[in-house]
Amino acid sequence: MDLSLSTRTEGDRTIVEVGGEIDVYTAPRLREQLVDLVADGKYHLVVDMERVDFLDSTGLGVLVGGLKRVRAHDGSLRLVCTQERILKIFRITGLTKVFPIHSSVEEAVSATE
Amino acid sequence: MTSTVTNRLRKKVSVATVELSFSALPAHVRTARLVAAAVARRSGVDEAVLDEVRLAVGEACSRAVHLHRRHCPERPVQVTLIDDAEAFRVIVTDEAPSTDAVDSLDGAGLDDLARSDDLDLDTVPPGVGLAVITSLVDDVSVEVADRPDGNGLVVRMSWPTSA
Repeated sequence: MDLSLSTRTEGDRTIVEVGGEIDVYTAPRLREQLVDLVADGKYHLVVDMERVDFLDSTGLGVLVGGLKRVRAHDGSLRLVCTQERILKIFRITGLTKVFPIHSSVEEAVSATE
Repeated sequence: MTSTVTNRLRKKVSVATVELSFSALPAHVRTARLVAAAVARRSGVDEAVLDEVRLAVGEACSRAVHLHRRHCPERPVQVTLIDDAEAFRVIVTDEAPSTDAVDSLDGAGLDDLARSDDLDLDTVPPGVGLAVITSLVDDVSVEVADRPDGNGLVVRMSWPTSA
């Protein structure tokens, strides 16, 4: 399954819904999306990963890059993920300490800390 | 007579089930993952572990593709999938010079990189892929390939199969 991307706005938050596989082949498209949003002045991002089937370290690198970009503008990047197989790779790489990970888009959108 | 039978059995269990040789293109990493998962399933690897197989094979192949594209884009990446009596084994072999093999033994996490001020970080260092593999897979070994130029790594992983 290829990567699918869609974005929508809720207040000052931009939700990026990602589906399919994020790997060495598809990750550049996610990077492009995040770069475009930041260039467009969207600094508070919620990346909804509930429909992601596969994520590897290349995809993690893109998310880390996105986090750094929004932080450079005092922004935020929150993740929505409840899938154990995806959460596992965040734990292995220590990224659960870096990304706020929420169990729903609503929770991520209303989060302030 | 007995030894002939033994040899035949030995030969049977050490035969490679599937061998893949693919050009160092990111799109083919997915193909390698799919084939590995399919052979793993057929070998009797537990369904719950297939995600782990997919991720580990994907990381090993992504790392190899990344390094080949930088150093030897014309050379293919080799993946050998073996179903023997005890386990499903995967061997990923590349031909690129590497410096990440030692780094990976520290289990390098991404959290430090995420905190650093290096804004260029979009592609993770290859060592992270190996770190993920070594954290994920119980039976894994990373060795320098036996080549005259001293390049290349051989990443061996295995998962138990149900009888």
